[in-house]
Amino acid sequence: MSARSIAADVASGARSAASVLDEHLARVAEREDEIHAFNLVTEDKARAQADAVDALVAAGEPLGPLAGVPLALKDNMCTRGIPTTCSSKILEGWRPPYDATVVSRLADAGAVFVGKTNLDEFAMGSSTENSAFGPTRNPLDTGRVPGGSSGGSAAAVAADFAPLAIGSDTGGSIRQPAAFCGIVGMKPTYGAVSRYGLIAFGSSLDQFGPFAANVADAAALFDVIAGHDPLDSTSITDFTPNAVDHLDRGVEGLRVGVVRELSGGAGSVDGLSADVLARTNEAIEALAAAGAKVEEVSVPSATLGLSAYYIVAPAEASSNLARYDGVRYGLRVDAATTGEMNTATRTAGFGAEVKRRIMLGTYALSAGYYDAFYGKALKVRTMMLRDFASVYENYDVLVTPTAPTTAFPFGERSADPMTMYVNDVCTIPSNLTGHPGISVPFGVGDDGLPVGVQVLAPALGDGLTFQVGAVLEAAANGGDAS
Amino acid sequence: MTSCEPTVHEPTLPDEWELVVGLEVHVELATQTKLFCGCANEFSTDPNTNVCPVCLGLPGALPVMNAKAVHYAMKLGRALGCEVHDSVMARKNYFYPDMAKDYQTTQYDKPTSIDGELVLGDGAVVGIERAHIEEDAGKTTHVGGGGRINDAMFSLVDYNRAGVPLVEVVSRPDIRTIEHAKAYVNELRDILLAIEVSDAKMEEGSMRVDANVSVRPVGSDELRTRCELKNINSVRSMGRAIEYEARRHIVLYANGEAPRQETRHWDEEGGRSTPGRSKEDADDYRYFQEPDLVPLAPSAEVVAAIDATMPVLPAARRARLGELSGASPEVLATVVERGQDGLALEAIEAGADADKVLTRLQNDVAVNDWSKLTSSSLAALITMETSGELTATQAKQVLADLIESGGDPAAIAGERGFEVMEGNELEDIVDQLLADNPDEWARFTSGDDGDRKKMQGFFTGQIMKATKGQADGRAIAQLLGRKAN
Repeated sequence: MSARSIAADVASGARSAASVLDEHLARVAEREDEIHAFNLVTEDKARAQADAVDALVAAGEPLGPLAGVPLALKDNMCTRGIPTTCSSKILEGWRPPYDATVVSRLADAGAVFVGKTNLDEFAMGSSTENSAFGPTRNPLDTGRVPGGSSGGSAAAVAADFAPLAIGSDTGGSIRQPAAFCGIVGMKPTYGAVSRYGLIAFGSSLDQFGPFAANVADAAALFDVIAGHDPLDSTSITDFTPNAVDHLDRGVEGLRVGVVRELSGGAGSVDGLSADVLARTNEAIEALAAAGAKVEEVSVPSATLGLSAYYIVAPAEASSNLARYDGVRYGLRVDAATTGEMNTATRTAGFGAEVKRRIMLGTYALSAGYYDAFYGKALKVRTMMLRDFASVYENYDVLVTPTAPTTAFPFGERSADPMTMYVNDVCTIPSNLTGHPGISVPFGVGDDGLPVGVQVLAPALGDGLTFQVGAVLEAAANGGDAS
Repeated sequence: MTSCEPTVHEPTLPDEWELVVGLEVHVELATQTKLFCGCANEFSTDPNTNVCPVCLGLPGALPVMNAKAVHYAMKLGRALGCEVHDSVMARKNYFYPDMAKDYQTTQYDKPTSIDGELVLGDGAVVGIERAHIEEDAGKTTHVGGGGRINDAMFSLVDYNRAGVPLVEVVSRPDIRTIEHAKAYVNELRDILLAIEVSDAKMEEGSMRVDANVSVRPVGSDELRTRCELKNINSVRSMGRAIEYEARRHIVLYANGEAPRQETRHWDEEGGRSTPGRSKEDADDYRYFQEPDLVPLAPSAEVVAAIDATMPVLPAARRARLGELSGASPEVLATVVERGQDGLALEAIEAGADADKVLTRLQNDVAVNDWSKLTSSSLAALITMETSGELTATQAKQVLADLIESGGDPAAIAGERGFEVMEGNELEDIVDQLLADNPDEWARFTSGDDGDRKKMQGFFTGQIMKATKGQADGRAIAQLLGRKAN
């Protein structure tokens, strides 16, 4: 059942928020042991929130737009008094004394928080295999990964533990798991959604964004969480989200570019599988059939994104994760001196992938190496911004596959970091440029698992991504495309 | 003490060596709140009470720049004659328990202010390389062991100071004497007070000085290896520290050795510096632009508005007084430093003798509260003194009354029964004294210059005593001279 139907039913009194919650918790009880979407199911909190909504309904008080709708929160979002772990041992047991701005907005909108979802430790990964608390399984095929890093949030929606979830996207961590789990996931324009209370991985890349089973629900969720926040200096000041208004606008006359470097055209990145490319082409045809003007475009620097990203994100992470030193909160492993305590704590508290990225980032920022690595990555970033800006002079949106393949089996890529990193090749450019992007399911691959198609737009074009996503969704559901 | 440790007793450095000093001064800005959060900028409260997720560096918390702090920093930059331009915040990464985020948010390659200068009282110019904005760290107390982090039994950290806004003013290595180093710090403090951006109290830590010290042979323009002295708690302590360090370098060079570039800890009680961290094994701070904050881009209008509201700075105030008087630089510096220059200017404008006004202020108004002394009463007093209506001694007494309780100098002089003793009355007293002291008078009239001077002092003292200070010194001198001839 869609989030909008639930909200409408709760508001009309047709169903109570408590009964809606019960239905979802029943599914959690049934499948969570198998899926492991959550680090923590916050049942008491959820019941209290649902009861509060029901009390408002009974009293005839005004309700928020998400009143009574169950929602899952990625476990890198600060929730006051509720453990927030980033799926890392180093934060195990820490309870933030404050709520992230997005969490406050969702609470004000009447959402019911079902739990904190699993992720790759500190959002570093593309399969949720890097969690210190064990992997999350893809609800569509439990032998396969749900994608990552927001794998728990994507799985929670795919398993209907909640119709809505929040994820964070630093290099594709919302869009890729959405594609793998057959749902909708969207990364907003950098600065559209407050980062206050988002436990940082790559500060210049991180954004919270919505997961939902359909485009309209995702748009409704986006409209609740987006908007200026004075607590985040990088928050855009004059931005009024209106994604829902875009849903019925269609694509008639819209100029759609297909990025050939990310879609198997000339000079394309390697590793894009044939079935994914076939579904992407069908999606493009569906847009053309709906009246869009579709053309292949070239963005040469798009292929450099992966390399630049794996300098910028680890560099920022090496600094952001320095504070986990055993002094103030979280894990502390005692040792003879402060320095030895820092080392022992971080050695025991961080997993292999996090250590790898801290080392990569530390190296990239070191004296004598800055210009060759970090400085050069910033130049690539500038170049990509310029290239995309020039493409957007002639196109309203761009289309690519979301991920090179469908969901892969556990262990297939975890041994070699490079094969794992390639997963993000299509999603990373919009993190580096700060542009919005959405992944919408479009048919299935040869293995029967869902394929996601990505729609990219220029900065502040968040509404456009939902607008085009809605058309793709209708085409996919209409059956004429797959 | 090792063999290369100098002893400090000589007042100056050996002639063949020249001192080269650059100063780094951390100034706490007197804002209501901290640099990146709404916590009170107030250090003297119970530990860890002025803290929040932002200044504790909790996961997920983000900084928001304090606009007032930026304004103060730009104002200081302009007061130092700096170019104030677009700047960015950067992260300086290093592990230390008092750094809540294990990086300090500061400025690196694009500081707010660059290329200024500070003009000292005697006209010497010290270049300002940069003045940048940064956050302060918390305060660590190491308990047990030697009081240092790695042998303490445990350490206590107070984050009340974490996130307090600072500006670090970095001078060029233009300072050549200890007196200039002291004058630089005093001048900077006067500027900070004049533009009201800091309370600038070294003893309370709201102004902290680190000194980069090296020496070189006189006539050379090389910059030799420097040592950075930390833990300097007063201007006097800075002078001692610089002198000690310079002598240490000279002794090393004399022994055919050379100092290592390092940070050294000034031990005020022991009167010596001890090695801290060597620069060779110093952290690589891995600076990069702070992604959580946006660049600071002051418009030309903002900078112009700062300039338009800039008060007249101490150097200009001294220059103004200097134009009106023949007073020495020391007198000008004292009067301006005390903020008495406005009073002086008004008194001079009202017709009082400029030099006399400044001398009286310097010598006789060295008090904290002189609010009852008005420029008109000061002018009237000085005029009475210069016209001979009051003797110097009387004038001082009246001035003391004016400072104490205000009022009209003529009325006070009247109440105290002050009138200048002249003419016959004075002459009678002098004649009597000459008669009573014939030996002394003989020495006055027939002795050499030294004798005459001594005896003039003797008779003047006796006359003053006899007249209870109401005689005028110049009248006495004239009278004695006339009688001797």
